[in-house]
Amino acid sequence: MSHPAAAALSAGFDDPVFDAQASFRAAMWALARPGRVERLDARLAPPAPLLPEAAALALALCDYETPIWLDAPLAAAPAVGAFLRFHTGAPIVEEPGAARFALIADPRGLNDFTAFPQGSPDYPDASVTLILQVESFGKSDLVLEGPGIKGTAGFGAAPLPVDFVARMAANRALFPRGVDLLLAGAGGVAGLPRSVFVKEG
Amino acid sequence: MSAQATSSMPRSSMPDITYNFAYLDEQTKRMIRRAILKAIAVPGYQVPFAAREMPMPYGWGTGGVQVTAAVLGPKDVLKVIDQGADDTTNAVAIRGFFEKTARVATTTATADATVIQTRHRIPETALNENQILVYQVPIPEPLRFLEPRETETRQLHALAEYGLMHVKLYEDIARHGHIATTYAYPVEVAGRYVMDPSPIPKFDNPKMDDCPALQLFGAGREKRIYAIPPHTRVHSLDFEDHPFKVQHFAKPCALCAATGVYLDEVILDDKGGRMFVCSDTDYCNTRQAQGHVGELGVPAEDAA
Repeated sequence: MSHPAAAALSAGFDDPVFDAQASFRAAMWALARPGRVERLDARLAPPAPLLPEAAALALALCDYETPIWLDAPLAAAPAVGAFLRFHTGAPIVEEPGAARFALIADPRGLNDFTAFPQGSPDYPDASVTLILQVESFGKSDLVLEGPGIKGTAGFGAAPLPVDFVARMAANRALFPRGVDLLLAGAGGVAGLPRSVFVKEG
Repeated sequence: MSAQATSSMPRSSMPDITYNFAYLDEQTKRMIRRAILKAIAVPGYQVPFAAREMPMPYGWGTGGVQVTAAVLGPKDVLKVIDQGADDTTNAVAIRGFFEKTARVATTTATADATVIQTRHRIPETALNENQILVYQVPIPEPLRFLEPRETETRQLHALAEYGLMHVKLYEDIARHGHIATTYAYPVEVAGRYVMDPSPIPKFDNPKMDDCPALQLFGAGREKRIYAIPPHTRVHSLDFEDHPFKVQHFAKPCALCAATGVYLDEVILDDKGGRMFVCSDTDYCNTRQAQGHVGELGVPAEDAA
């Protein structure tokens, strides 16, 4: 009865229907209003280094249709893959080019965006959504502009990839192709869809 | 009828029918939610999705219902309008559907709603940044009547090649002297995709531009979802010498005397009698309650 692997598995959502809905709504408003941090009350205790906020987004959005790619720190923890596989049913893939969602525990070491699916001119929606785990939001050292923002908005999160502004500019230049970012952590989620212009503040 | 049947039968013989929250199963909601996220990220682009059969016929808002079901939460307050009215068949049916399957609060007051599902109108009351407007869309492809092949229209969108649409509008001018398209008037979203705003009157097009609310569009039969994020530039296509113009009405609303709103024609008799009244029933009722009286209106205190 008490299989060791089953005993070690962390629990999923208390209420799969409403917790998934609330997590989705946070992600939806985050992408609709880029840079504005939406509260995400993730009542989860996923295995480290997966953060509760990132886990809540994965459980709300992923299933057997969405291969997940894990960055090195997450892939190094077998419990993370087991947790995601059990609760979402999503295959964990080794090849970033095959992923629909990618979970990144260490944004500083993030692969180039071009390693992930960027969509095609005919089907720009066939692109990856990157879920970056961040420690904090605040200190607006970036300026955002684009759909969803009235005028401009300040934004800051840490940690981010070193060449973040250049990467986002290259991503914007591909529009309507490109990748979409959800930044999760510190009790919230922020979105940087491909439509946003990111500049140094 | 069903309520009567339930109360008259012994409870044990009637199994309680319970629905998953907002009718759809969780996997379907996740699939729709992922489509909504991509639609928001690429404003105006039609994201294909695996639309389900709903317990209502195509053309009755199956796309809008699926989008509403995917975003709806237990704390939401839902308003449903059909051509601006809260009390028409389509609106009543869909409101009842979600009252039954999601047990959410419903309202007819635009300002109180968090999710508004609409067929062919945008409310007159300005929307706020915490609201989601869900449009029911019959034919999402603005180029469909100009180019029937999906493979071709997809490529035209990929290349941002919208010359066809401009030719169509130009031919209107050549034939009629003005752009004769009055509803489903094509718009360009965020400077990139040309989009069908659903069959709203072109009167409502300016309300989409820089709207603080999130606008989601669902087409059930055609299996497409698209979106306009808040504060996004929505430009109605036009020409420098033929700028986009909305309809104007000669007289104010006959019941509430409102001007600058969209009016419906109501036939009064078989002798040519007619009046023009607000298409937005909530807006009209609110104004009448505030004491505004049109030429055929009855003052609020007399009506009671």
